[in-house]
Amino acid sequence: MVDVPLGPTGVIAAPDVEDVELYHPHSWLTKYVFSQDAKVIAIQYSFVALSVGLIALVLSWLMRLQLGFPGVFSFIDANAYYQFITMHGMMMVVYVLTALFLGGFGNYLIPLMVGARDMVFPYVNMLSFWIYLLAVLILVASFFVPGGPTGAGWTLYPPQAILSGTPGGQDWGIILMLVSLMTFIIGFTMGGLNYVVTVLQARARGMTLMRMPLTVWGIFTASFMALLAFPALFVGAVMMLFDRVLGTSFFMPVMVEMGQPLDRNGGSPLLFQHLFWFFGHPEVYIVALPAFGIVSDLISTHARRNIFGYRMMVWALLAIGALSFIVWAHHMYVSGMNPYFGFFFATTTLIIAVPTAIKVYNWILTLWRGDIHLTVPMLFALAFIVTFVNGGLTGLFLGNVVVDVPLSDTMFVVAHFHMVMGVAPILVIFGAIYHWYPKVTGRMLNDPLGKLHFWVTFLGAYAIFFPMHYLGLMGIPRRYHDIADMAFVPPSAHALNAFITIVALIVGATQLVFVFNLFWSLRHGKPAGGNPWRATTLEWQTPETPPPHGNWGKDLPVVYRWAYDYSVPGADQDFLAQSQPGPTRAGSGSIHG
Amino acid sequence: MAVALILVLVAVGSVVFHLVSPWWWTPIASNWRYIDNTIIITFWITGAVFVAVIFFMAYCVYRFRHQAGRRAHYEPENKRLEWWLTIVTGVGVAAMLAPGLFVWRQFITVPEDATDIEIFGQQWQWSFRLPGPDGQLAASDARLISPDNPLGLNREDPKSQDDIVIEGGELHLPVNKPVKALLRSPDVLHDFYVPEFRAKMDLVPGQISYIWFTPIRTGTFEILCAELCGVGHPQMRGKVIVQEESEYQAWLQDKASKSFARLLPAPKTGASMPD
Repeated sequence: MVDVPLGPTGVIAAPDVEDVELYHPHSWLTKYVFSQDAKVIAIQYSFVALSVGLIALVLSWLMRLQLGFPGVFSFIDANAYYQFITMHGMMMVVYVLTALFLGGFGNYLIPLMVGARDMVFPYVNMLSFWIYLLAVLILVASFFVPGGPTGAGWTLYPPQAILSGTPGGQDWGIILMLVSLMTFIIGFTMGGLNYVVTVLQARARGMTLMRMPLTVWGIFTASFMALLAFPALFVGAVMMLFDRVLGTSFFMPVMVEMGQPLDRNGGSPLLFQHLFWFFGHPEVYIVALPAFGIVSDLISTHARRNIFGYRMMVWALLAIGALSFIVWAHHMYVSGMNPYFGFFFATTTLIIAVPTAIKVYNWILTLWRGDIHLTVPMLFALAFIVTFVNGGLTGLFLGNVVVDVPLSDTMFVVAHFHMVMGVAPILVIFGAIYHWYPKVTGRMLNDPLGKLHFWVTFLGAYAIFFPMHYLGLMGIPRRYHDIADMAFVPPSAHALNAFITIVALIVGATQLVFVFNLFWSLRHGKPAGGNPWRATTLEWQTPETPPPHGNWGKDLPVVYRWAYDYSVPGADQDFLAQSQPGPTRAGSGSIHG
Repeated sequence: MAVALILVLVAVGSVVFHLVSPWWWTPIASNWRYIDNTIIITFWITGAVFVAVIFFMAYCVYRFRHQAGRRAHYEPENKRLEWWLTIVTGVGVAAMLAPGLFVWRQFITVPEDATDIEIFGQQWQWSFRLPGPDGQLAASDARLISPDNPLGLNREDPKSQDDIVIEGGELHLPVNKPVKALLRSPDVLHDFYVPEFRAKMDLVPGQISYIWFTPIRTGTFEILCAELCGVGHPQMRGKVIVQEESEYQAWLQDKASKSFARLLPAPKTGASMPD
């Protein structure tokens, strides 16, 4: 880490970042539509991602209606069911969670939190959003083409993904899916380079890497990982597109389709699975690491206490990021790959539990001896810990190769990954929106509505996914649109399915309260002021709220301390902003100084 | 107070649910009791960690809730505590991983006396092939698949003459005899899954995968496909009937006498093989 000499007078190293000239908009169009301001791009990303999220929510309702009340809704046949689950999964993982954490929060928070005026490549940043929007439109267009969207499951495993037995396999569905993914990756790469380079090159004076808020660390690490992981999906998509359109055989061995021999030879279906999961597992952490970072800052701010073990938190983030590239085949224990891989991947997978556990301990130890304000963001952070610990622990079942054998491809897996990479990160997203909305709009979100939203979402989501594990333990496979005639399934399991569906409908409907709150508070929310949570990080110290283009007025901020000087003994107030000069802290000042 | 209480209720409720839930695994019918035992160990360890973490969190939320005049304790790190927690976690993880890897070695090490059988999955039905008196399965190739030869057996292979093909029917197995199931698909991915056997493995076109197990009780069990294979995926069912040795032999004799494979003529081209 870089040592910036600091003293009581706040002497600071010579500026190594020159101020930049920004392209200032000249018209409404360049200010609000084709904007190069990262904050506007962030809002555009978030708005589109949340809209896709609402579509995915409706799709989840439709599939839950079929599972809870099979046969009642005649339009949800097998074809439609598979199309719904496929689109729900791909939308949520890529077009909602990835886009929202990196494109949304990354764009808004990175420049503000590191003290930059904007992203380093604002024009490319703008292109990133428009290409993302194009990817979304291509994806949504597949609902309106002959044959409808692909129903291959979000994992898109060939050969079935491009054969006639699968919805959209021989129609437009799979083609649009692959083209949309490729488009998304191109757009993401433009944004991702921005996030990484901005963190590395555009930090304010005094903002050493080891003084950055964990939010920035999380988004930075995740962006770096995404730049390494997405190319694997990209080449997989290109190869499958060639297999589908040009008749190549990357993933197609000698085989028959509905009894008819196909003119294919020599390809390997397992190759796609390796490519997919080489992307797919890091992808889990691409979603999780920004959530880890954000939740660290939410807990620290609202517990008025420094994040416990900051350096360990940073190293744990980096360790998880690195390890996540050598665990991918734990998704493939029963795929027919060489079974000896199981030893290696089970070991690496369980090792990753150690840095992950350290993060959980440090979150809780931040609460320990804190001054806990149970604000809505804090409630969401606490709920994140519950659901993440729950989902992380069931990961120890699935990662432990032989334990995975009976559970793989059952509802246990569905419950696990929804808890750990669906519910937990989404709770963080909600917490983060309640936390930063005042900075974005200048107004607070309504508190009673926020609490209502919180309790129904948290307890409801837990009631949906916790019991679901037991359906999987019983042996009910995933991706079955009907389990009516299974001999080993007792009637009580159908009752449980109906219960889950009803709760899912309620939780889904409650999200409308949140959407209403977002719009209502724009006008009617309590004015927030510049720093309503009395937080230390730079984004709360802007001269104006909401911050204008360029963020900082005439002078860039200078950073004198780490991001977690809460309740420093001897200080007048219970937080010291990073930009506040003065003694670093009582006692030893060497660690973060 | 209310928040802490609800957190405690979530943890306690989860444990109670686990203990009283009527939704539990099917009675085991294979030798993979070890897998069940490893799951039980994992439930105990993870359950204890879950409850401990949530209880501690609930305690903090209650004990350190904001009150007038409270100020948080300033303590950036505590190396000793962090290292202790890391080591304890490492030990807990090892306690789950070690038995897991041990059982995995058994899972992939097929006993010498296991009988080879073939399980053939296609969109959307299960077929089976038993080796016949010679105890060996003939070679096969997806290119040879035809209406007359649904599994694509190589008729030039002498071992094909006594192979018993059961198309879209029921698989019979003798109880207490280890079986090595060779898994083959001519079209897309499938997964041979019998919940009562615990074992499961994908069928991958272009290659042959395997699992082994020993049925330990007689009965009829449902075969499911556990890897999405198109719209017919949930309907891709079969039956495995585990029988006493004598009943099994009777069934086998009957099947052998009308074996699909034996009735077919040898292909016109290529050298014919002696019986």
